Amino acid sequence: MSFGPFLLLALMEGMVTSAVLALAAVGLSLVFGIMRVVNVAHGEFFMLGAVSAWFVSQWVPGPPAVAFAAALVLCPLFVGAIAALADMTVLKRLNYEPEATIVATIGLLYILQQAALSFYGPDARPVPAPFSFRVQLPWFGYSGYKMAVVLASALVLLGVWRLLAKSRVGLIMRATQYDRETARAFGINVDRVYAGVFALGGGLAALAAVLIVPIQQAHYLMGTEPLLLSFIVVIIGGLGSLRGTVIAALLIGLSDGVISTFFAPTLAKIVATLAVALVLVFRPQGLFGRRAL
Amino acid sequence: MLTLTGIDAGYGSVQVLRRLTLEARTGEVLCVMGRNGAGKSTMLKAIMGLVPASAGSIMLDGLDIIRLPAHEVPRHGVGYVPQGRRLFAELTVAENIEIGLMTRRRGQRTRDDVLSLFPRLRERLKQVSGTLSGGEQQMLAIARALCLEPKVLLLDEPTEGLQPSMIALIRDTVVALKSTGVATILVEQRVDAVLSVADRVAFMTGGTVAETVEAAGLTPTAPQFAAYVGV
Repeated sequence: MSFGPFLLLALMEGMVTSAVLALAAVGLSLVFGIMRVVNVAHGEFFMLGAVSAWFVSQWVPGPPAVAFAAALVLCPLFVGAIAALADMTVLKRLNYEPEATIVATIGLLYILQQAALSFYGPDARPVPAPFSFRVQLPWFGYSGYKMAVVLASALVLLGVWRLLAKSRVGLIMRATQYDRETARAFGINVDRVYAGVFALGGGLAALAAVLIVPIQQAHYLMGTEPLLLSFIVVIIGGLGSLRGTVIAALLIGLSDGVISTFFAPTLAKIVATLAVALVLVFRPQGLFGRRAL
Repeated sequence: MLTLTGIDAGYGSVQVLRRLTLEARTGEVLCVMGRNGAGKSTMLKAIMGLVPASAGSIMLDGLDIIRLPAHEVPRHGVGYVPQGRRLFAELTVAENIEIGLMTRRRGQRTRDDVLSLFPRLRERLKQVSGTLSGGEQQMLAIARALCLEPKVLLLDEPTEGLQPSMIALIRDTVVALKSTGVATILVEQRVDAVLSVADRVAFMTGGTVAETVEAAGLTPTAPQFAAYVGV
Protein backbone atom coordinates (compact mmCIF):
# COMPACT_ATOMS: atom_id res chain seq x y z
CA MET A 1 0.00 0.00 0.00
CA SER A 2 1.44 3.38 -0.97
CA PHE A 3 1.76 6.35 1.37
CA GLY A 4 -1.48 8.18 0.46
CA PRO A 5 -3.94 5.38 1.24
CA PHE A 6 -1.86 4.42 4.27
CA LEU A 7 -2.24 7.94 5.62
CA LEU A 8 -5.98 7.84 4.90
CA LEU A 9 -6.27 4.62 6.88
CA ALA A 10 -4.32 6.16 9.76
CA LEU A 11 -6.60 9.21 9.73
CA MET A 12 -9.73 7.06 9.68
CA GLU A 13 -8.48 5.09 12.68
CA GLY A 14 -7.70 8.42 14.31
CA MET A 15 -11.26 9.62 13.67
CA VAL A 16 -12.66 6.63 15.58
CA THR A 17 -10.38 7.41 18.52
CA SER A 18 -11.36 11.10 18.31
CA ALA A 19 -15.05 10.31 18.24
CA VAL A 20 -14.99 8.15 21.35
CA LEU A 21 -12.57 10.44 23.12
CA ALA A 22 -14.68 13.51 22.40
CA LEU A 23 -17.72 11.90 24.06
CA ALA A 24 -15.78 10.88 27.17
CA ALA A 25 -13.95 14.21 27.41
CA VAL A 26 -17.11 16.30 26.97
CA GLY A 27 -18.55 14.42 29.93
CA LEU A 28 -15.50 15.26 32.02
CA SER A 29 -15.52 18.86 30.80
CA LEU A 30 -19.22 19.40 31.63
CA VAL A 31 -18.71 18.11 35.16
CA PHE A 32 -15.73 20.36 35.69
CA GLY A 33 -17.24 23.37 33.92
CA ILE A 34 -20.55 23.37 35.77
CA MET A 35 -19.72 21.72 39.11
CA ARG A 36 -16.00 22.58 39.41
CA VAL A 37 -15.42 18.93 40.31
CA VAL A 38 -12.32 17.16 38.97
CA ASN A 39 -13.77 13.69 38.54
CA VAL A 40 -10.94 11.20 38.82
CA ALA A 41 -13.47 8.35 38.61
CA HIS A 42 -14.56 9.41 35.11
CA GLY A 43 -12.60 6.56 33.50
CA GLU A 44 -14.43 4.08 35.72
CA PHE A 45 -17.77 5.32 34.42
CA PHE A 46 -16.35 4.53 30.98
CA MET A 47 -15.31 1.05 32.16
CA LEU A 48 -18.72 0.45 33.75
CA GLY A 49 -20.36 1.35 30.44
CA ALA A 50 -18.30 -1.30 28.62
CA VAL A 51 -18.71 -3.98 31.29
CA SER A 52 -22.44 -3.41 31.61
CA ALA A 53 -22.69 -3.59 27.81
CA TRP A 54 -21.18 -7.08 28.02
CA PHE A 55 -23.81 -8.10 30.59
CA VAL A 56 -26.59 -6.72 28.41
CA SER A 57 -25.18 -8.62 25.39
CA GLN A 58 -25.40 -11.83 27.46
CA TRP A 59 -28.92 -11.26 28.78
CA VAL A 60 -30.72 -9.92 25.74
CA PRO A 61 -31.58 -12.75 23.32
CA GLY A 62 -31.79 -12.48 19.55
CA PRO A 63 -29.40 -10.97 17.01
CA PRO A 64 -26.41 -8.90 18.24
CA ALA A 65 -27.95 -5.71 16.86
CA VAL A 66 -30.89 -5.95 19.27
CA ALA A 67 -28.63 -6.52 22.29
CA PHE A 68 -26.37 -3.70 21.18
CA ALA A 69 -29.26 -1.28 20.77
CA ALA A 70 -30.44 -2.21 24.25
CA ALA A 71 -26.94 -1.62 25.66
CA LEU A 72 -26.76 1.75 23.93
CA VAL A 73 -29.85 2.87 25.86
CA LEU A 74 -29.55 0.95 29.15
CA CYS A 75 -25.84 1.28 29.95
CA PRO A 76 -25.64 5.11 29.94
CA LEU A 77 -28.81 5.21 32.07
CA PHE A 78 -27.38 2.67 34.51
CA VAL A 79 -24.05 4.46 34.80
CA GLY A 80 -25.78 7.84 34.99
CA ALA A 81 -27.85 6.57 37.91
CA ILE A 82 -24.70 5.40 39.72
CA ALA A 83 -23.10 8.80 39.09
CA ALA A 84 -26.15 10.66 40.41
CA LEU A 85 -26.11 8.45 43.49
CA ALA A 86 -22.40 9.15 44.05
CA ASP A 87 -23.08 12.87 43.74
CA MET A 88 -25.98 12.89 46.20
CA THR A 89 -24.41 10.60 48.79
CA VAL A 90 -20.76 11.70 48.62
CA LEU A 91 -19.92 14.89 46.72
CA LYS A 92 -22.87 16.90 48.06
CA ARG A 93 -21.92 16.02 51.63
CA LEU A 94 -18.41 17.31 50.97
CA ASN A 95 -19.97 20.60 49.88
CA TYR A 96 -18.03 20.24 46.59
CA GLU A 97 -14.75 21.34 48.22
CA PRO A 98 -12.17 20.96 45.41
CA GLU A 99 -9.56 18.96 47.36
CA ALA A 100 -12.14 16.78 49.08
CA THR A 101 -13.90 15.88 45.82
CA ILE A 102 -10.62 14.82 44.21
CA VAL A 103 -9.87 12.46 47.09
CA ALA A 104 -13.48 11.24 47.13
CA THR A 105 -13.49 10.46 43.40
CA ILE A 106 -10.17 8.61 43.76
CA GLY A 107 -11.96 6.47 46.36
CA LEU A 108 -14.89 6.04 44.00
CA LEU A 109 -12.43 4.94 41.29
CA TYR A 110 -11.19 2.04 43.43
CA ILE A 111 -14.66 1.07 44.63
CA LEU A 112 -15.98 0.85 41.07
CA GLN A 113 -12.87 -0.95 39.82
CA GLN A 114 -12.96 -3.56 42.57
CA ALA A 115 -16.71 -3.98 42.19
CA ALA A 116 -16.16 -4.72 38.49
CA LEU A 117 -13.41 -7.21 39.37
CA SER A 118 -15.72 -8.96 41.84
CA PHE A 119 -18.83 -9.12 39.66
CA TYR A 120 -17.34 -9.27 36.17
CA GLY A 121 -13.92 -10.86 36.73
CA PRO A 122 -10.42 -10.25 35.43
CA ASP A 123 -11.05 -11.36 31.82
CA ALA A 124 -11.33 -9.16 28.77
CA ARG A 125 -14.53 -10.04 26.95
CA PRO A 126 -15.74 -8.94 23.52
CA VAL A 127 -19.21 -7.64 22.73
CA PRO A 128 -20.37 -8.49 19.20
CA ALA A 129 -20.77 -5.53 16.84
CA PRO A 130 -24.36 -4.87 15.78
CA PHE A 131 -23.41 -5.27 12.11
CA SER A 132 -20.24 -6.30 10.29
CA PHE A 133 -20.34 -5.04 6.71
CA ARG A 134 -17.18 -3.61 5.21
CA VAL A 135 -17.00 -0.47 3.13
CA GLN A 136 -14.78 -1.23 0.12
CA LEU A 137 -12.56 1.73 -0.74
CA PRO A 138 -10.31 1.59 -3.88
CA TRP A 139 -7.29 0.77 -1.72
CA PHE A 140 -8.63 -1.14 1.25
CA GLY A 141 -11.80 -2.30 2.92
CA TYR A 142 -12.87 -0.53 6.12
CA SER A 143 -15.19 -1.50 8.94
CA GLY A 144 -18.65 -0.02 8.43
CA TYR A 145 -19.14 -0.21 12.19
CA LYS A 146 -16.22 2.12 12.86
CA MET A 147 -17.71 4.65 10.45
CA ALA A 148 -21.01 4.35 12.28
CA VAL A 149 -19.21 5.07 15.58
CA VAL A 150 -17.93 8.37 14.20
CA LEU A 151 -21.38 9.30 12.93
CA ALA A 152 -23.10 8.34 16.19
CA SER A 153 -20.61 10.32 18.24
CA ALA A 154 -21.08 13.39 16.06
CA LEU A 155 -24.86 13.16 16.46
CA VAL A 156 -24.64 12.82 20.25
CA LEU A 157 -22.25 15.77 20.50
CA LEU A 158 -24.63 17.84 18.40
CA GLY A 159 -27.40 16.83 20.79
CA VAL A 160 -25.36 17.83 23.84
CA TRP A 161 -24.56 21.18 22.25
CA ARG A 162 -28.25 21.81 21.48
CA LEU A 163 -29.19 20.81 25.02
CA LEU A 164 -26.76 23.32 26.48
CA ALA A 165 -27.19 26.20 24.07
CA LYS A 166 -30.82 26.01 23.05
CA SER A 167 -32.87 24.30 25.75
CA ARG A 168 -34.34 25.44 29.03
CA VAL A 169 -32.42 22.71 30.86
CA GLY A 170 -29.21 24.04 29.32
CA LEU A 171 -30.05 27.58 30.40
CA ILE A 172 -30.51 26.36 33.98
CA MET A 173 -27.20 24.50 33.79
CA ARG A 174 -25.35 27.57 32.49
CA ALA A 175 -26.89 29.86 35.09
CA THR A 176 -25.81 27.42 37.82
CA GLN A 177 -22.32 27.35 36.36
CA TYR A 178 -21.90 31.13 36.47
CA ASP A 179 -23.35 31.80 39.92
CA ARG A 180 -24.85 29.04 41.99
CA GLU A 181 -25.97 31.25 44.87
CA THR A 182 -27.90 33.61 42.61
CA ALA A 183 -29.28 30.59 40.74
CA ARG A 184 -30.76 29.42 44.06
CA ALA A 185 -32.25 32.86 44.60
CA PHE A 186 -34.14 32.34 41.33
CA GLY A 187 -35.68 29.01 42.19
CA ILE A 188 -33.06 26.75 40.62
CA ASN A 189 -32.64 23.52 42.57
CA VAL A 190 -28.84 23.46 42.41
CA ASP A 191 -28.61 20.03 44.07
CA ARG A 192 -30.74 18.54 41.34
CA VAL A 193 -28.77 20.31 38.60
CA TYR A 194 -25.51 18.93 40.02
CA ALA A 195 -26.84 15.38 40.28
CA GLY A 196 -28.11 15.68 36.71
CA VAL A 197 -24.84 17.06 35.36
CA PHE A 198 -22.82 14.34 37.11
CA ALA A 199 -25.19 11.73 35.67
CA LEU A 200 -24.89 13.29 32.21
CA GLY A 201 -21.09 13.27 32.45
CA GLY A 202 -21.02 9.63 33.53
CA GLY A 203 -23.64 8.70 30.92
CA LEU A 204 -21.55 10.23 28.11
CA ALA A 205 -18.48 8.25 29.23
CA ALA A 206 -20.60 5.08 29.33
CA LEU A 207 -22.01 5.79 25.88
CA ALA A 208 -18.49 6.23 24.50
CA ALA A 209 -17.55 2.87 26.02
CA VAL A 210 -20.58 1.05 24.58
CA LEU A 211 -19.61 2.36 21.14
CA ILE A 212 -15.99 1.23 21.49
CA VAL A 213 -16.55 -2.15 23.15
CA PRO A 214 -17.18 -4.11 19.91
CA ILE A 215 -13.74 -2.88 18.77
CA GLN A 216 -11.81 -3.02 22.03
CA GLN A 217 -13.27 -5.59 24.52
CA ALA A 218 -14.45 -4.89 28.05
CA HIS A 219 -12.00 -5.16 30.95
CA TYR A 220 -12.11 -3.95 34.53
CA LEU A 221 -8.89 -1.92 34.15
CA MET A 222 -9.83 -0.27 30.84
CA GLY A 223 -10.77 3.07 32.47
CA THR A 224 -7.26 4.38 33.01
CA GLU A 225 -6.39 5.31 29.45
CA PRO A 226 -9.63 7.16 28.63
CA LEU A 227 -9.28 9.04 31.93
CA LEU A 228 -5.77 10.17 31.06
CA LEU A 229 -6.69 11.05 27.47
CA SER A 230 -9.84 12.87 28.57
CA PHE A 231 -7.81 15.00 30.94
CA ILE A 232 -5.30 15.70 28.16
CA VAL A 233 -8.10 16.73 25.80
CA VAL A 234 -9.90 18.86 28.37
CA ILE A 235 -6.71 20.67 29.39
CA ILE A 236 -5.70 21.35 25.79
CA GLY A 237 -9.21 22.43 24.79
CA GLY A 238 -9.74 24.61 27.85
CA LEU A 239 -11.69 23.45 30.90
CA GLY A 240 -15.39 24.03 30.49
CA SER A 241 -15.23 24.84 26.78
CA LEU A 242 -17.32 22.39 24.78
CA ARG A 243 -16.00 23.54 21.44
CA GLY A 244 -12.38 23.43 22.65
CA THR A 245 -12.90 19.92 23.99
CA VAL A 246 -14.22 18.61 20.67
CA ILE A 247 -11.42 20.28 18.68
CA ALA A 248 -8.76 18.99 21.08
CA ALA A 249 -10.26 15.48 20.86
CA LEU A 250 -9.94 15.64 17.06
CA LEU A 251 -6.35 16.85 17.38
CA ILE A 252 -5.30 14.18 19.86
CA GLY A 253 -7.27 11.37 18.18
CA LEU A 254 -5.96 12.09 14.67
CA SER A 255 -2.34 12.53 15.79
CA ASP A 256 -2.70 9.32 17.81
CA GLY A 257 -3.91 7.49 14.68
CA VAL A 258 -1.14 8.82 12.46
CA ILE A 259 1.72 8.44 14.93
CA SER A 260 0.58 4.98 16.07
CA THR A 261 0.35 3.77 12.48
CA PHE A 262 3.64 5.17 11.22
CA PHE A 263 5.73 5.01 14.39
CA ALA A 264 4.53 3.52 17.65
CA PRO A 265 1.49 3.86 19.97
CA THR A 266 3.81 4.77 22.85
CA LEU A 267 5.22 7.69 20.87
CA ALA A 268 1.64 8.89 20.30
CA LYS A 269 1.04 9.02 24.06
CA ILE A 270 4.37 10.80 24.58
CA VAL A 271 3.44 13.45 22.03
CA ALA A 272 -0.01 13.95 23.58
CA THR A 273 1.47 14.35 27.05
CA LEU A 274 4.10 16.74 25.72
CA ALA A 275 1.32 18.78 24.10
CA VAL A 276 -0.38 19.11 27.48
CA ALA A 277 2.85 20.26 29.08
CA LEU A 278 3.34 22.89 26.37
CA VAL A 279 -0.25 24.11 26.64
CA LEU A 280 0.05 24.37 30.42
CA VAL A 281 3.23 26.40 30.09
CA PHE A 282 2.25 28.73 27.26
CA ARG A 283 -1.55 28.87 27.43
CA PRO A 284 -2.69 27.58 30.84
CA GLN A 285 -6.35 28.36 30.16
CA GLY A 286 -6.31 25.99 27.14
CA LEU A 287 -6.76 26.77 23.46
CA PHE A 288 -10.38 27.88 23.93
CA GLY A 289 -10.31 28.48 27.66
CA ARG A 290 -11.94 31.88 27.97
CA ARG A 291 -15.09 31.27 26.01
CA ALA A 292 -17.05 29.06 28.37
CA LEU A 293 -19.21 26.47 26.62
CA MET B 1 -46.59 40.63 54.65
CA LEU B 2 -43.09 39.59 55.74
CA THR B 3 -42.20 39.33 59.41
CA LEU B 4 -38.82 38.36 60.81
CA THR B 5 -38.83 37.41 64.48
CA GLY B 6 -35.80 36.70 66.66
CA ILE B 7 -33.46 35.70 63.82
CA ASP B 8 -30.00 34.36 64.66
CA ALA B 9 -27.86 33.72 61.60
CA GLY B 10 -24.25 33.80 60.41
CA TYR B 11 -21.50 32.15 58.46
CA GLY B 12 -20.13 29.02 60.11
CA SER B 13 -19.18 29.90 63.68
CA VAL B 14 -19.40 33.65 63.05
CA GLN B 15 -22.77 34.93 64.17
CA VAL B 16 -23.90 38.04 62.30
CA LEU B 17 -27.60 38.45 63.07
CA ARG B 18 -28.68 38.48 66.72
CA ARG B 19 -32.37 38.26 67.70
CA LEU B 20 -33.27 40.34 64.65
CA THR B 21 -36.91 41.37 64.36
CA LEU B 22 -38.33 43.29 61.41
CA GLU B 23 -41.64 43.67 59.59
CA ALA B 24 -42.27 44.74 55.99
CA ARG B 25 -45.87 45.69 55.19
CA THR B 26 -47.86 45.42 51.98
CA GLY B 27 -47.47 48.43 49.70
CA GLU B 28 -44.71 49.91 51.79
CA VAL B 29 -41.04 50.74 51.26
CA LEU B 30 -38.98 49.85 54.30
CA CYS B 31 -35.45 51.20 54.11
CA VAL B 32 -32.71 49.51 56.07
CA MET B 33 -29.70 51.60 57.08
CA GLY B 34 -26.60 50.90 59.09
CA ARG B 35 -22.83 50.89 58.97
CA ASN B 36 -20.78 48.35 57.04
CA GLY B 37 -20.89 45.04 58.88
CA ALA B 38 -24.17 45.81 60.66
CA GLY B 39 -25.69 42.75 58.94
CA LYS B 40 -27.92 44.36 56.31
CA SER B 41 -26.92 42.11 53.41
CA THR B 42 -26.81 39.07 55.68
CA MET B 43 -30.40 39.75 56.70
CA LEU B 44 -31.52 39.74 53.06
CA LYS B 45 -29.58 36.51 52.45
CA ALA B 46 -31.17 34.97 55.53
CA ILE B 47 -34.62 35.80 54.12
CA MET B 48 -33.60 34.12 50.84
CA GLY B 49 -32.37 31.05 52.72
CA LEU B 50 -28.85 31.62 51.40
CA VAL B 51 -27.48 32.11 54.91
CA PRO B 52 -28.83 29.51 57.33
CA ALA B 53 -30.73 30.88 60.33
CA SER B 54 -30.24 29.01 63.60
CA ALA B 55 -33.19 30.55 65.41
CA GLY B 56 -36.32 32.60 64.82
CA SER B 57 -39.08 32.62 62.22
CA ILE B 58 -39.66 34.33 58.88
CA MET B 59 -43.37 34.53 58.16
CA LEU B 60 -44.42 35.30 54.59
CA ASP B 61 -48.20 35.66 54.27
CA GLY B 62 -48.71 33.30 57.20
CA LEU B 63 -46.17 30.70 56.01
CA ASP B 64 -42.89 30.16 57.86
CA ILE B 65 -40.24 30.11 55.13
CA ILE B 66 -37.22 29.83 57.41
CA ARG B 67 -36.76 26.07 56.99
CA LEU B 68 -37.48 25.99 53.24
CA PRO B 69 -34.61 25.02 50.94
CA ALA B 70 -33.16 28.19 49.38
CA HIS B 71 -34.53 27.51 45.92
CA GLU B 72 -38.13 27.33 47.20
CA VAL B 73 -38.11 30.75 48.88
CA PRO B 74 -38.30 32.75 45.61
CA ARG B 75 -41.11 30.50 44.38
CA HIS B 76 -43.26 31.87 47.20
CA GLY B 77 -42.86 35.35 45.74
CA VAL B 78 -39.66 36.85 47.11
CA GLY B 79 -37.69 38.77 44.47
CA TYR B 80 -34.04 39.47 45.23
CA VAL B 81 -31.71 42.09 43.74
CA PRO B 82 -28.34 41.20 45.27
CA GLN B 83 -25.56 43.61 46.05
CA GLY B 84 -23.27 44.05 43.06
CA ARG B 85 -26.17 42.91 40.80
CA ARG B 86 -24.88 39.33 40.39
CA LEU B 87 -26.21 38.94 36.85
CA PHE B 88 -25.50 35.73 34.99
CA ALA B 89 -22.84 37.77 33.25
CA GLU B 90 -22.14 35.45 30.33
CA LEU B 91 -25.82 34.99 29.51
CA THR B 92 -27.72 37.44 27.34
CA VAL B 93 -30.25 39.95 28.61
CA ALA B 94 -33.07 37.75 27.29
CA GLU B 95 -31.66 34.69 29.05
CA ASN B 96 -31.37 36.51 32.39
CA ILE B 97 -35.01 37.58 32.02
CA GLU B 98 -35.95 34.00 31.13
CA ILE B 99 -34.37 32.69 34.36
CA GLY B 100 -36.45 35.22 36.30
CA LEU B 101 -39.64 34.17 34.50
CA MET B 102 -38.97 30.47 35.10
CA THR B 103 -38.81 30.97 38.88
CA ARG B 104 -42.59 31.25 39.22
CA ARG B 105 -43.51 30.05 35.73
CA ARG B 106 -44.51 33.48 34.51
CA GLY B 107 -44.99 34.00 30.79
CA GLN B 108 -45.08 36.46 27.93
CA ARG B 109 -47.42 38.91 29.64
CA THR B 110 -45.13 39.37 32.64
CA ARG B 111 -42.16 39.67 30.30
CA ASP B 112 -43.85 42.46 28.36
CA ASP B 113 -44.84 44.28 31.56
CA VAL B 114 -41.31 44.15 32.91
CA LEU B 115 -39.70 45.17 29.64
CA SER B 116 -42.06 48.12 29.29
CA LEU B 117 -40.67 49.40 32.60
CA PHE B 118 -37.16 49.25 31.12
CA PRO B 119 -37.36 49.92 27.35
CA ARG B 120 -33.54 50.10 27.16
CA LEU B 121 -33.39 46.39 27.95
CA ARG B 122 -35.81 45.55 25.15
CA GLU B 123 -33.33 47.09 22.68
CA ARG B 124 -30.52 44.91 24.04
CA LEU B 125 -32.14 41.51 24.48
CA LYS B 126 -29.46 39.65 22.55
CA GLN B 127 -26.54 41.43 24.21
CA VAL B 128 -24.38 39.53 26.71
CA SER B 129 -25.38 41.04 30.04
CA GLY B 130 -21.82 41.43 31.33
CA THR B 131 -21.18 43.99 28.55
CA LEU B 132 -24.04 46.31 29.56
CA SER B 133 -23.31 49.62 31.28
CA GLY B 134 -23.55 49.69 35.08
CA GLY B 135 -26.96 51.32 35.04
CA GLU B 136 -28.31 48.90 32.46
CA GLN B 137 -27.00 45.98 34.49
CA GLN B 138 -28.87 47.29 37.52
CA MET B 139 -32.04 47.66 35.44
CA LEU B 140 -31.64 44.05 34.36
CA ALA B 141 -31.05 42.85 37.93
CA ILE B 142 -34.28 44.58 38.98
CA ALA B 143 -36.15 43.38 35.88
CA ARG B 144 -35.05 39.81 36.59
CA ALA B 145 -36.45 40.05 40.12
CA LEU B 146 -39.71 41.63 38.90
CA CYS B 147 -40.20 38.68 36.54
CA LEU B 148 -41.28 36.76 39.65
CA GLU B 149 -44.19 39.17 40.14
CA PRO B 150 -42.93 39.30 43.72
CA LYS B 151 -44.99 39.94 46.83
CA VAL B 152 -41.81 41.01 48.57
CA LEU B 153 -38.89 42.68 46.82
CA LEU B 154 -35.44 42.80 48.44
CA LEU B 155 -33.04 45.40 47.04
CA ASP B 156 -29.44 45.49 48.27
CA GLU B 157 -27.85 48.88 47.55
CA PRO B 158 -29.26 49.17 44.03
CA THR B 159 -28.02 52.73 43.48
CA GLU B 160 -24.41 52.02 44.42
CA GLY B 161 -22.08 53.61 41.87
CA LEU B 162 -24.80 54.81 39.50
CA GLN B 163 -25.30 58.20 37.87
CA PRO B 164 -28.14 60.48 39.10
CA SER B 165 -30.49 59.83 36.16
CA MET B 166 -30.28 56.11 36.79
CA ILE B 167 -30.85 56.55 40.52
CA ALA B 168 -33.98 58.57 39.71
CA LEU B 169 -35.23 55.81 37.42
CA ILE B 170 -34.75 53.18 40.11
CA ARG B 171 -36.51 55.37 42.67
CA ASP B 172 -39.46 55.85 40.29
CA THR B 173 -39.65 52.10 39.78
CA VAL B 174 -39.72 51.43 43.52
CA VAL B 175 -42.40 54.06 44.05
CA ALA B 176 -44.49 52.62 41.21
CA LEU B 177 -44.26 49.13 42.75
CA LYS B 178 -45.70 50.42 46.00
CA SER B 179 -49.04 51.08 44.37
CA THR B 180 -49.21 47.46 43.18
CA GLY B 181 -49.01 46.25 46.78
CA VAL B 182 -45.44 44.99 46.78
CA ALA B 183 -43.62 45.10 50.12
CA THR B 184 -40.12 46.43 49.43
CA ILE B 185 -37.10 46.13 51.69
CA LEU B 186 -34.44 48.51 50.43
CA VAL B 187 -30.92 48.50 51.84
CA GLU B 188 -29.55 51.95 51.12
CA GLN B 189 -26.70 54.08 52.44
CA ARG B 190 -27.55 57.54 51.15
CA VAL B 191 -29.81 59.68 53.31
CA ASP B 192 -31.42 61.69 50.48
CA ALA B 193 -32.26 58.52 48.55
CA VAL B 194 -33.85 57.01 51.65
CA LEU B 195 -35.92 60.06 52.51
CA SER B 196 -37.28 60.31 48.94
CA VAL B 197 -38.82 56.79 48.89
CA ALA B 198 -39.08 55.35 52.40
CA ASP B 199 -42.28 54.91 54.37
CA ARG B 200 -40.35 53.66 57.37
CA VAL B 201 -36.65 53.36 58.12
CA ALA B 202 -35.05 50.57 60.16
CA PHE B 203 -31.64 51.32 61.65
CA MET B 204 -29.39 48.31 62.16
CA THR B 205 -26.38 47.95 64.38
CA GLY B 206 -24.56 44.87 65.64
CA GLY B 207 -26.74 42.43 63.73
CA THR B 208 -30.06 43.63 65.06
CA VAL B 209 -32.62 46.37 64.41
CA ALA B 210 -32.01 49.11 66.95
CA GLU B 211 -34.84 51.42 65.98
CA THR B 212 -37.59 51.67 63.37
CA VAL B 213 -39.11 55.09 62.65
CA GLU B 214 -41.66 56.62 60.27
CA ALA B 215 -39.82 58.36 57.43
CA ALA B 216 -42.22 61.30 57.58
CA GLY B 217 -40.73 62.31 60.92
CA LEU B 218 -37.15 62.21 59.71
CA THR B 219 -35.03 65.06 58.39
CA PRO B 220 -31.48 64.79 57.01
CA THR B 221 -30.23 66.10 60.34
CA ALA B 222 -32.11 63.54 62.45
CA PRO B 223 -29.94 62.09 65.24
CA GLN B 224 -30.49 58.49 64.06
CA PHE B 225 -28.45 59.11 60.90
CA ALA B 226 -25.53 60.31 62.97
CA ALA B 227 -25.87 57.49 65.49
CA TYR B 228 -26.37 54.49 63.22
CA VAL B 229 -25.01 55.51 59.80
CA GLY B 230 -22.36 58.05 60.74
CA VAL B 231 -23.37 60.90 58.40
